[in-house]
Amino acid sequence: MSFDTPDDRRYQESHEWALETDGVVRVGISDFAQDELGDVVFVELPDEGDSVGQEEEFGVIESIKAVSDLYAPVSGEVVAINEELFDAPELVNDDPFGDGWMLEIEPSDESELEALLSADEYEDQIA
Amino acid sequence: MPLQTPPLRGIHDERGAKFTEFGGWDMPVEFDSIQAEHRAVREDVGIFDVSHMGQIHVTGPDAATLMQRLTSNDVSRLGVGDSQYATITDEEGIIIDDTVIYRLPDEGGHPTYLFVPNAGTDEATHQRWISYRNEWDLEATVDNQTDEYAMFAVQGPNASDLVERVADGSPADLSRFEATYATVDGIECWTARTGYTGEDGFELVVPWSEAETVWSRFDCQPCGLGARDTLRIEAGLLLAGQDFDVESNPRTPYEAGIGFTVDLETDFVGRDALATAEEAGVEEQLVGFQLIDRGVPRHGYDITNTEGRVIGTVTSGTMSPTLEKPIGLGYVPVEYADPGTTLQVVVRGQSKKARVETTPFIETE
Repeated sequence: MSFDTPDDRRYQESHEWALETDGVVRVGISDFAQDELGDVVFVELPDEGDSVGQEEEFGVIESIKAVSDLYAPVSGEVVAINEELFDAPELVNDDPFGDGWMLEIEPSDESELEALLSADEYEDQIA
Repeated sequence: MPLQTPPLRGIHDERGAKFTEFGGWDMPVEFDSIQAEHRAVREDVGIFDVSHMGQIHVTGPDAATLMQRLTSNDVSRLGVGDSQYATITDEEGIIIDDTVIYRLPDEGGHPTYLFVPNAGTDEATHQRWISYRNEWDLEATVDNQTDEYAMFAVQGPNASDLVERVADGSPADLSRFEATYATVDGIECWTARTGYTGEDGFELVVPWSEAETVWSRFDCQPCGLGARDTLRIEAGLLLAGQDFDVESNPRTPYEAGIGFTVDLETDFVGRDALATAEEAGVEEQLVGFQLIDRGVPRHGYDITNTEGRVIGTVTSGTMSPTLEKPIGLGYVPVEYADPGTTLQVVVRGQSKKARVETTPFIETE
């Protein structure tokens, strides 16, 4: 099975993606990750204003069959969360790179983003 | 130990199924999506490969006696083509397993039974039957046929229409808990109107070598163990090894809410202990609950009272695809067991409000 892996963003080994736009990094999980999880039924996210550190847990995602921690791809302050996921967690399955985004971080260290995997490198990991 | 594989392992793999280890078997957990499969069974019809379930065949002059003494219900009530839910208990009245017993047509003039222990317990159950048969000096043949027969469950409100189209032998005329031989493409299958989803449906015991032919005739949603679990929790049905376990969670049928499987007028292993337990009443019992706060209850989470004192454990839990609410099962002291009682479930360190509900959680057929 092949999975979407858009090359406009960076990836973390724990399957989160990070997309920087105008100095803000939007975060979600990959197509591969949502497929592995199956039907997503619950997402727990931090509050706006919380600080997160790179590779630190920022939340939890639950499918019918599994519970997984979510890890921040970059350090910084949470400036937005996708509250739609509280009522419609299935957006993560339907559109993991779009409407299923989870949070936005104002990064405290731009170099962290560069150190993440490229789309090609991530594809090699999940192959 | 290598995993046992169902006869259709390759077919499921080609179909894109994901697999999981269950009871020592490598079984499909999901074909398309647990929710899609779940919905198919609630609204239409789906088919499950449940070949991991055991099949033990018992016949001979003392077959009825052997079955009566090793299971909790009254086997003598079964006419040919009847089936019965029962428990297998130890001397202390603790559930070792739950099972469905079918009475097959007589063989050699003797009552003949097929019963279905849970995945991975078939050999231990077979040995238990042999051991007691020898100890009691009974004349009965006990065969473990788990590797000779596949088993499929066709479940859902439209299961009857589908079975009628596919099978000859009028299985659609069966009443609930009745069974008969029906043929699919000329292949004889023991077909029972039983199931584990809360819906109308049929279970077919199919010769292993003919499994693919029979499976392929049922043109409907294939379903995995994931949907089987969400469906059975909504229906308030127990999972062996999780909602009861002779080692890790020893329970009597009364505690587990299946006291209806116990007939104290019959003589069986565990009968005296259960008579005493029935007289004394239970201290704890299995309840259904709904989580009011956001979260998903999972097996092993603590249940507390509203003061935060741990009073029990979640044995099964899920986000109900039908109700779109988090639901679960767990044992609590009887004073907390009335529907409407407020409890808490500790979800990853956080107390979440829950409410005891009557089961089944959904309206079933």
